[in-house]
Amino acid sequence: MPAIATTSNKGSFKIVFLRNRVLLLKIAIHLLAFLPLLGLYLLAFTEQLGADPVEEVIHFTGIGGFNLLLISLLITPIAKKYRQGYLLQTRRLLGLYSFTYAMFHLLNFLAFEVQFDLELFFAEILDRPYITVGMAALIILFSLAVTSITSIRRKMGKKWQKLHNGVYLALLLVALHFFWSVKSDIVEPMIYVAMALFLLSLRKDKIKRWFK
Amino acid sequence: MLIKTKKSYQLSEQQVTDEAVYHSRRELLKKLGYLGAGSLLAQSANASPLDFFSSKEEQVFQRQALKYRPSEKSSQILTPEAKITSHNNFYEFGTSKSDPVENAQAFNVNPWQLTISGQVDKPYTLGYDDLFQRFQLEERIYRLRCVEAWSMVVPWVGFSLAELIKKAAPNSRAKYVAFETLYDPKQMPGQENRRIGGGVQYPYVEGLRIDEAMNPLTFMSVGLYGKTLPAQNGAPIRLVVPWKYGFKSIKSIVSIKLVEQKPPTTWNILADKEYGFYANVNPEVDHPRWSQASERRITTGGLFARNRIATLPFNGYGEDVAQLYKNMDLRKNY
Repeated sequence: MPAIATTSNKGSFKIVFLRNRVLLLKIAIHLLAFLPLLGLYLLAFTEQLGADPVEEVIHFTGIGGFNLLLISLLITPIAKKYRQGYLLQTRRLLGLYSFTYAMFHLLNFLAFEVQFDLELFFAEILDRPYITVGMAALIILFSLAVTSITSIRRKMGKKWQKLHNGVYLALLLVALHFFWSVKSDIVEPMIYVAMALFLLSLRKDKIKRWFK
Repeated sequence: MLIKTKKSYQLSEQQVTDEAVYHSRRELLKKLGYLGAGSLLAQSANASPLDFFSSKEEQVFQRQALKYRPSEKSSQILTPEAKITSHNNFYEFGTSKSDPVENAQAFNVNPWQLTISGQVDKPYTLGYDDLFQRFQLEERIYRLRCVEAWSMVVPWVGFSLAELIKKAAPNSRAKYVAFETLYDPKQMPGQENRRIGGGVQYPYVEGLRIDEAMNPLTFMSVGLYGKTLPAQNGAPIRLVVPWKYGFKSIKSIVSIKLVEQKPPTTWNILADKEYGFYANVNPEVDHPRWSQASERRITTGGLFARNRIATLPFNGYGEDVAQLYKNMDLRKNY
């Protein structure tokens, strides 16, 4: 009987989908985060990024890393509100991609902007406040990335959560870094600052508890 | 009975994109965020396979060949024309470097009026054709150093600003020269919309001291690479002051006024701690947010070009202009 056959097919498809939804989400994150990065460098290497590919790759990885950081911090509020606990399993991957983009952002600056002039590289990081705060944010993201390995996380116990609350500080520093870096067009950075503050406001109870 | 039938090419009101949306379509695309691979491709200066919004019918800005005296051979490597015409800071057409080439194609520069007025005995006005006929055109290969620490080498075509000023017979009260860009929000989306124009106060204004303006190096450009200027490079006429940061070289000029007092200048109004009136290229005085000691010279080569070079005082033109500032503290007068 064809009718019953279809229903059971649909049913089993749904079950397979639900069982593997975390895996499917992770595949989607890999594709959506990795392919643009690959595309960016393919265009850059084939001289299709305009007259100054250096500026393009720096901006793209910077904004991309910020977007991924915002998305990673949006997961918990959404998972809580819609009671979709499985979503929490995507946070680590999103956070790692955010760190990856930020790392490429810095490497672009080192390799293509200052072109391995290490004296200039360190002078710029120390002398320019907007680069200093960006570097501080990257160091925080780096410490979160290396402690994201499950065995390290277990060893750290309660300290792990304390360290990983540092992501909120990193978020503020990244927003400041962006705001400070532009010449005059502050509308876009303002939107990003507003999004960052919104994500922090969703955690106001948690943040209030630290100061009690 | 009158029956109105619609031809397939006639669009109904609701099919026509609102003009503001149309002009900001690339901004909108970018706002879709980095998740859309299209946003990446929209950044590239040339139409790409995923560039859904460009069509073949789109207007292309027309350039004409110019008659001019060619420059002496230069040992400097020129920046390719494609790069000079696709990497522009011209916020009237958008703040991203690739915005002007995309948004300025329909810019109408003919008719044009450039008035020379103020403290002069013979004020006059130049029309579009006058810009190319009134003065003997010559080519000058100049380095252009942007305050953002990149530079290009550009073969400009034009004439000395001094010739243009002398014709107006300035009087003894003419101490400064004030320049103004066209103000036409209908044609310049950045003037109509603060978001597109980067929050700059328009019209764009610039200024020079009279002795700077009369220096033989100071140039009015009406062309580059042998043809009239592309819209995105400041058609039909722009200033080129090669020993100053690029923002002094104001584009699409409609007014040159000889004045007694130091005139206001756009970037100085916006951020006076970062951009001074003089804005002479100076490796010793950093921009508060980045070093000015070196620059990336954009010529041939892409991402891997090893093109970082030391920045020279007065962009290498000190021999001709350093005496203009001999008793001045250039740290204070940045």
